[in-house]
Amino acid sequence: MTGTVLVVGASIGGVRTAQALRSEGFDGRIVLVGAEPHAPYDKPPLSKQFLSGAWELEKVLLLTAEQAAADGIELRLGSPATRLDVAGSRLLLADGEALDYDKLVVATGASARPSPWRPESGVHVVRTLDDSRHLADALRQDGPVVVVGGGFIGAEVAATARGLGHDVTVVDPMPTPIGRVVGPEIGSIFAELHHRHDVATRFGLGVEGVEGVAGNLRVRLTDGSTLNAATVVVGIGAVPNDGWLADSGLAVENGVLCDEYSRAVDAPDVFAVGDVARWFHPGYREHVRVEHWTNAVEQAVIAAHNIAHPDDLRPHSPVEYVWSDQYDWKAQIVGRPVLGVRHEIIGTLEGERPRGAVLYQDDADRLCGAVTVNWPRALVQCRRLVTGHAGYDEALDRIRALVSAGPAMAAVPATSADG
Amino acid sequence: MPVLKADFGACQGYANCVDAAPDVYDIDDDGVVVLLRTEISEEERPRIEEAARSCPVNALTIEDA
Repeated sequence: MTGTVLVVGASIGGVRTAQALRSEGFDGRIVLVGAEPHAPYDKPPLSKQFLSGAWELEKVLLLTAEQAAADGIELRLGSPATRLDVAGSRLLLADGEALDYDKLVVATGASARPSPWRPESGVHVVRTLDDSRHLADALRQDGPVVVVGGGFIGAEVAATARGLGHDVTVVDPMPTPIGRVVGPEIGSIFAELHHRHDVATRFGLGVEGVEGVAGNLRVRLTDGSTLNAATVVVGIGAVPNDGWLADSGLAVENGVLCDEYSRAVDAPDVFAVGDVARWFHPGYREHVRVEHWTNAVEQAVIAAHNIAHPDDLRPHSPVEYVWSDQYDWKAQIVGRPVLGVRHEIIGTLEGERPRGAVLYQDDADRLCGAVTVNWPRALVQCRRLVTGHAGYDEALDRIRALVSAGPAMAAVPATSADG
Repeated sequence: MPVLKADFGACQGYANCVDAAPDVYDIDDDGVVVLLRTEISEEERPRIEEAARSCPVNALTIEDA
């Protein structure tokens, strides 16, 4: 195919779509539109290695100007897209420019859910490069840190702040925050991980308010207690960046509604990938929106293929996979553990050298998901087994066999920054 | 002929490469990538390029020998 493909959004989904278009043989014009002035960058290190200062900017860049030029990708950075005219095949940017397209890929991602608590200063979210820089500046000052939200981002920020020497407390209204993903029992082991690294938790409590200024904040909790903080970090989820599409004519319902080929419903020249896409997952027979790095990469490849090869459409039917590096844990989660009716732990998740896997059985006696800790080889196996709809007993046998096959792996060093 | 390279020190065991191209990438007991072969054909290159780009820490590259 020739013509012009506009890729709107220059984070992982957009960048990988542009690159995959070239790999798939598309030889027309590719324009990558990014709202921020920075060169395209990657987000996972922003709560870990970049936040701690272990990695410099160049290590988190996804696409340099030289790499873009080598692949014939035009970069149009620093001006967000403001309006999409599907009927006219035209994109408008905030600086007034209009771009015409033959195909357009929406890859505008998601934003941090804003903090409901807005004192004069000292409250941070972590989603963009500038967010991470501002928080890193704040963490260079002494003083306790309160993290509101015990999900992946909150836990990673807590581990990083602790590694930098701060007293840290994580607050979340759920009794076991990660329990939403892995179930309450395994969730409580994730909670213990904080305690083993001298991070306090106040789970099961909400935040009433945050007052003060940076360096001298008071976080009031729903049980009437107060936490003092120099810095507060709010990690309470993300919302898809689809507001700019409100009058586009696209079907937008908590993300751009797409078919199984990642094409926008009723707009075959528009695709969506990554956090902003709500597509029909043929394996699950329902529309899903997934905020995982790996999904953005895989969906980018699918969308690029389907644009370059419209006669050979491929559905996007992934098994979810997400990782989170917290303290001395490399946690990797595959499939849908939340569907499990029972689970079994192989190896160990606790102690000085944690290495283990939790396998979840669904109500059809299959392996529906797994959580592995410091055990990538088990993760690889579990990912294949979930993809292949393996029976639960077979899965247990396969992972147990790995225990006896491999030597004990040394634990990852106990720093938050290198996970 | 394109040649596969891996930065074994950078590898963190995220294992996306193994899922995307199990015929060329594997992972060892310590969670580090293993190259099952280093030379690939031009025909395979697009698929393996995409697998290499699924590495979250850019540990995988393809070079022209």
